Amino acid sequence: MITLNVNGQERKVDADPSLPLLWVLRDELGMTGVKFGCGAALCGACTVHLDGEAVRSCGMLLGEVAGKKIVTIEGLDAHGNHPVQKAWRQVNVPQCGFCQAGQIMQAAALLAKTPNPSDEEIDTAMAGNICRCGCYQRIHTAVRVAATGV
Amino acid sequence: MTHINQTSAAPAKSARHVIENVSRRGLFAGAGAAGAFVLMARLGPSTARAADSMHYDTGGMGMPHGMVSDPHVFISIDPSGQVTIVAHRSEMGTGSRTSLPMVVAEEMDADWSRVTVVQAPGDEPKYGNQDTDGSRSLRHFYQPMRDCGAAMRMMLEAAAAKQWGVPVSDVAAGLHEVVNKTNGKKLGYGALAVAASAMATPATDTLTFKDPATYRYIGKGNVQIVDLFNITTGRATYGADVKLPGKVYAVIARPPVVGGKVVSFDATEAMKVPGVIKVMEAKGWQPPGTKFLPLGGVAVIAKNTGSAIQGRDKLKIVWDDGPNKTYDSVAFRATLEESARNPDKVVRKLGDADAALKSAAKVVSAEYYTPHFSHATMEPPVGLVSVTKDGAEVWAPVQSPYGTREDLAKLLELPIDKVKVNVTLLGGGFGRKSKCDYVLEAGLLSKAMGVPVQVQWTREDDLQHAFYHTVAAQKIEAGVDANGKVVALKHACAAPTILSTFKAGADHLMPLEQGMGLVDLPYDVPNILALNGKADAHARIGWYRSVYNVPHGFAMQSFIAELAHELGKDPKDMLLEIIGPPRIDDMRKQLTDELWNYGEPWDTHPIDAGRLRRVAEMAAEKAGWGKTLPAGEGMGIAAHRSFVSYIATVVHVKVDGKGNISVPQVDYAVDCGFHVNPERIESQFQGAAVMGLTLAKYSAITFKDGRVEQSNYDNYPMVRIDESPKVTNVHVVPATFANHASGVGEPGVPPFAPALCNAIFAATGKRIRSLPIGNQLA
Ligand code: FES
Ligand code: FES
Repeated sequence: MITLNVNGQERKVDADPSLPLLWVLRDELGMTGVKFGCGAALCGACTVHLDGEAVRSCGMLLGEVAGKKIVTIEGLDAHGNHPVQKAWRQVNVPQCGFCQAGQIMQAAALLAKTPNPSDEEIDTAMAGNICRCGCYQRIHTAVRVAATGV
Repeated sequence: MTHINQTSAAPAKSARHVIENVSRRGLFAGAGAAGAFVLMARLGPSTARAADSMHYDTGGMGMPHGMVSDPHVFISIDPSGQVTIVAHRSEMGTGSRTSLPMVVAEEMDADWSRVTVVQAPGDEPKYGNQDTDGSRSLRHFYQPMRDCGAAMRMMLEAAAAKQWGVPVSDVAAGLHEVVNKTNGKKLGYGALAVAASAMATPATDTLTFKDPATYRYIGKGNVQIVDLFNITTGRATYGADVKLPGKVYAVIARPPVVGGKVVSFDATEAMKVPGVIKVMEAKGWQPPGTKFLPLGGVAVIAKNTGSAIQGRDKLKIVWDDGPNKTYDSVAFRATLEESARNPDKVVRKLGDADAALKSAAKVVSAEYYTPHFSHATMEPPVGLVSVTKDGAEVWAPVQSPYGTREDLAKLLELPIDKVKVNVTLLGGGFGRKSKCDYVLEAGLLSKAMGVPVQVQWTREDDLQHAFYHTVAAQKIEAGVDANGKVVALKHACAAPTILSTFKAGADHLMPLEQGMGLVDLPYDVPNILALNGKADAHARIGWYRSVYNVPHGFAMQSFIAELAHELGKDPKDMLLEIIGPPRIDDMRKQLTDELWNYGEPWDTHPIDAGRLRRVAEMAAEKAGWGKTLPAGEGMGIAAHRSFVSYIATVVHVKVDGKGNISVPQVDYAVDCGFHVNPERIESQFQGAAVMGLTLAKYSAITFKDGRVEQSNYDNYPMVRIDESPKVTNVHVVPATFANHASGVGEPGVPPFAPALCNAIFAATGKRIRSLPIGNQLA
């Protein structure tokens, strides 16, 4: 048994320490807001916060994250009203929506550190997150909206 | 349940449509005729309807199971007033799950804030066709959904009139209520729900419609997609997100060469991985001609997906690669190019292009190449199936829920009423999820295991076992007379056909593929010859967003800009000269095979050179065509009709000294006829620009020794935010109901790559004739 702290709760997991955190969150703990897109830290769909940093949960192993604070999209805001979530809705960012939880987690981590990012800082921070539907123009706008107040 | 458009006899015209307008699914599955039969019994255009100025015919009548507009099927009203509307098409990002119910709500005058949308399972006999592809959802179902809403409104009005004992003419629906015009009394939709559902459903030719000037939602762009909150909070349910007690997780090691099979395998090490439950051979079929049947291989089933993947990594498998083990993209390119230079089939002939080329003052010629692509939907294919003694139940992101149901029923030898297909949200589709192989795999494994099985494709599986966009070689020649007028255009294409996936040995383009930019170009050139060369398929070929329009549009729209350069003309002027004056260009008699007009009747959706011309002019004007740009920058234009919409694109590019491309601005002019949700149209075209840029810059699936050389996003890259077009402006041509609705999801893709490459030429003088661009500019 490994004990995780997910969205402020202690969760016990009976799985091998070598299992990627992504699958622990999704299949063992039911946090299906965390998405699988590549399994190789190339797309950002699985982005969660680990002690406040945006990380790719497909690239973290269960054994590495015990005791650390994990936040998934489900725990970003109790009511789904984090400024980034609100901005995403105001700008109508999503198409299929599959990448968006990862995008939002990435943007939230960026703004926590850099509340007023430059255009270039937005692009640099968000470049690890692929959106196959191509919502980038609106993603960029929404990060700016979240930064300037919704 | 009654179908309000029911009619027992259909006019000859609709029978013809039925034969011509088979769907991709109907055509391949041979289901077109059966579907048509059912359809005519339920929704042929009645004579009265054909004469009705408020309705027009569409290809929707020719799709399997046609169209249904019965409010009893699509609408329910709770006594509290909450209205539930069924979305029967799959949602993969286009917004149709919102836009079609919005049409119903508009026409019944419901308050959108009191509407709940529910997703239909795969049930075409009940809902009508559900094949969510071909950019058809709004194009085909705008009218039935409007009829549905209108009928509901009239039933609510009739119920209120009856309750008040007044003639129907004394009452009128307002926002979610019916008002008595003489005394101002009101009855809410909730209060009328029960009585309204007992009213006779009005016949289609008696329906009255709202004055478009009173629309609250249609054309306004003020309605947000229904899943917006759930998407932004991680609560939306996609294919892998369904929680089902007892479900297990599987991944499959598929034959590395298509058509291969398992000889033997050793699961000893895989079984030692914690969490692995079972390893077993997965039944497979060997293409070509196997449609969506699974490729087979070795399945690893575990208590979570990650353990299954770890177990699969430990498998030792001996494969028999089969006949495609020599498939090599470099060698095959040469074969295709030879075929494009010596095509053996005429597909369109106007005048005598060969003679005109011989006598031309100048001949311009160029060859183009586009490789295989893979859809790479953000959500890789995934399907959950539970097979029990009572039947099979599916939860999956599928574009063709009823096709999936038919295929699974057949495979498991179950009557169709013992199979249920629940449709989740799709994390992207682009044509990939029209093919239900991943669901069939899960069905076979669930049957074998006796528990619900979810088959997850990894990104590597997705890129290496896809139904690939075709690879194409093309050659175009133009003859120019002494006055600089283009007098001959000869266009040859050689590309494996999608039909090979359905029928072994198919080696020429189907009408459906020819009709996507090879034979249907409305060009004002007196001698036109289109040709098709033989091409074998050594991979599973499938449809990818906008299909053969991608290669055809790339070649021809690049070529027109090359002509401009050769003749010293402005590329936009050259394009307009080739398109010629506004007119309907009826090339049907010039074709060898029947024209495939995206399944639409010619009369309602003819090929209109004037509309193509207008979008080209509009895109150029909006983009500021002709303005002076700094060195290293350029603009390119392309215009292409597809899915019966007319689209032009101007791309503004910057190329730096190292050959890196950036795109500060894209302007799309879009004539998609009458439209419902301009906000989603804009998002579709913004997305098409990104997909167009991705395929132009990067996309190539290549084969060596029969094996796909790409495996993940590192070697099959996607455009990311830092290289995305900075601004994509979408200019939609205003249209009324008289301008029939046409496609939106796909047509933005084809003009992008040629407009980009034309811009690159303007910026650098370097002509790209082979995609992807890769390092050709370095
Ligand atoms: S799934 Fe983790 S980065 Fe793609
Ligand atoms: S919205 Fe579909 S992948 Fe981003």
